[in-house]
Amino acid sequence: MLEIKNISKTFNPGTVNEKQALKGLSLRLEDGDFVTVIGGNGAGKSTLLNAIAGVWLVDQGKIIIDGKDVTRLPEYRRARFLGRVFQDPMNGTAATMGIDENLALALRRGHRRTLKQGIAGSERKLYRDLLATLNLGLESRLTSKVGLLSGGQRQAVTLLMATLEKPKLLLLDEHTAALDPKTAAKVLELTQTIVNRDHLTTLMITHNMRDAIQIGNRLIMMNDGKIIYDVSGEEKKRLKVEDLLRKFAEASGEEFANDRMMLAK
Amino acid sequence: MNLIGELSSLANSLPGAAAQGLIWGIMAIGVYITYRIMDIADLTVDGTLCTGGAICIMWMLSGHSVWMSLFFALLAGMAAGLVTGLLHTFMGIPAILSGILTQLGLYSVNLKIMGKANQAINVDKFDLLISLRYIKNVPFFKNTILLVAVITVVLIVILYWFFGTELGCSLRATGCNGKMARAQGINTDLCRILGLMISNGLVAFSGALLAQYQGFADVNMGRGAIVIGLAAVIIGEAVFGKVFHNFGFRLLGVALGSIIYYLVLQVVIWRKFDTDLLKLLSALVVAIFLAVPAWKSRYALWVSWLKKDFCEYWKTSKVKQGGEG
Repeated sequence: MLEIKNISKTFNPGTVNEKQALKGLSLRLEDGDFVTVIGGNGAGKSTLLNAIAGVWLVDQGKIIIDGKDVTRLPEYRRARFLGRVFQDPMNGTAATMGIDENLALALRRGHRRTLKQGIAGSERKLYRDLLATLNLGLESRLTSKVGLLSGGQRQAVTLLMATLEKPKLLLLDEHTAALDPKTAAKVLELTQTIVNRDHLTTLMITHNMRDAIQIGNRLIMMNDGKIIYDVSGEEKKRLKVEDLLRKFAEASGEEFANDRMMLAK
Repeated sequence: MNLIGELSSLANSLPGAAAQGLIWGIMAIGVYITYRIMDIADLTVDGTLCTGGAICIMWMLSGHSVWMSLFFALLAGMAAGLVTGLLHTFMGIPAILSGILTQLGLYSVNLKIMGKANQAINVDKFDLLISLRYIKNVPFFKNTILLVAVITVVLIVILYWFFGTELGCSLRATGCNGKMARAQGINTDLCRILGLMISNGLVAFSGALLAQYQGFADVNMGRGAIVIGLAAVIIGEAVFGKVFHNFGFRLLGVALGSIIYYLVLQVVIWRKFDTDLLKLLSALVVAIFLAVPAWKSRYALWVSWLKKDFCEYWKTSKVKQGGEG
């Protein structure tokens, strides 16, 4: 479903702020894979998701989604393959537009936007039914401005939007990190329900190691722009948080040991 | 009495002010589209207004019909918007600077269109749609106020329809949250360009009406237009914001805001205010109104602090009193 071949990305090349965020990373996701991504700050997790989404183009390598090479496609043209939910609840929705208008925008992802009415009358029933499944009482507030909703509600709506037109790949960038624990749990549960229902191929960044172990069928750990640990199936199920922590220390320690600059200090 | 004479002179000047307000109202709707919907402060409009006026006058002087002339003014405005849009998106220049660059360039373009700094058109020799001569003592269907009001309503209906379409919604999404818009597959660059084109088309159309109304196009007629447009947007929102929620009515509120602006201006002029200072006054008023949202949030914080301090002071003084008693 997703094939990433040896991608690299350097930000601010040639300046003091030069940062090699991705270093020849390769990754292959099978149809229906639910992969959790963990790693420290600056490990390149969000950079990886942004590279797939096309926020900017990668310096080298190839990105193939559902057999189509999207490496050179701009962000808005890759959107037809992707559902995205961001960490900041403000990012995923248009605050000054109604819930129905936001969903209507999402329903047209990957379609030509014409001079037809922005929301066909028949769509509203679909939206009402979908919102009812969230159990947040939003189905009766269809025309309310999204800006009036709480962070959790907005994130739930964003999740609906990301999956309204079934995406080839769902990208979740710490989408529960900005929510309170109770809301976060609810949004996470909703995520699993939708992913299982639609058999979505999913990449989910999380800072919660327990979630990373419990959810999905595969886990990857990133450090310094590379994947340093990739585990799936039974082995993943047996993982414990301590194992991950040890793995993380081992891997990053090795990195340091290999770095002459660090030794020079 | 003198007062009665003065009052009647004010009353006489008000219809003209209302007509001007209506014409500028169309311009203000253009500003609303960039400033409020697309979230771009577009300074192109200072140049576009004159471009519209210049194209309209020159086209009519060369023997074309008034409607053709208005149409070409609209197209010229859209072309100016396209230039600003390309400077902003394709060339990556900040929106505000793109507008300034186009505006500056348009000054030369406008001079070239007109051949000189000012081109007059004779209302008796040409079949103008509107004119300051058509305010009073004309059959109602030739009345400028009525005609511009009808045009404004038609434009608002068209814009209301457009911003409700799939394409219009994607423009609104782009202005509200570009990141979200791109994630939903919207070409935000294209939407910005389109928004700028629609806005500047309206502004040029308004300029074309204004040139007819005053009987000439002048290379300086657009100076400070953005400020007048913003003033109309702000007044419209301040006065009608609580009443008008529907998008169409909001646009109407902007048009009404522009009328209020010109009526107030007329009163100020009537009070023998030094007209040289009018632009300074406009700038001040707009600056203060633009500051209101920032002041409101800060002010709210100060009020809550004062409240807290007062409560604590009140509590401690009560405790003291209790101790003494």
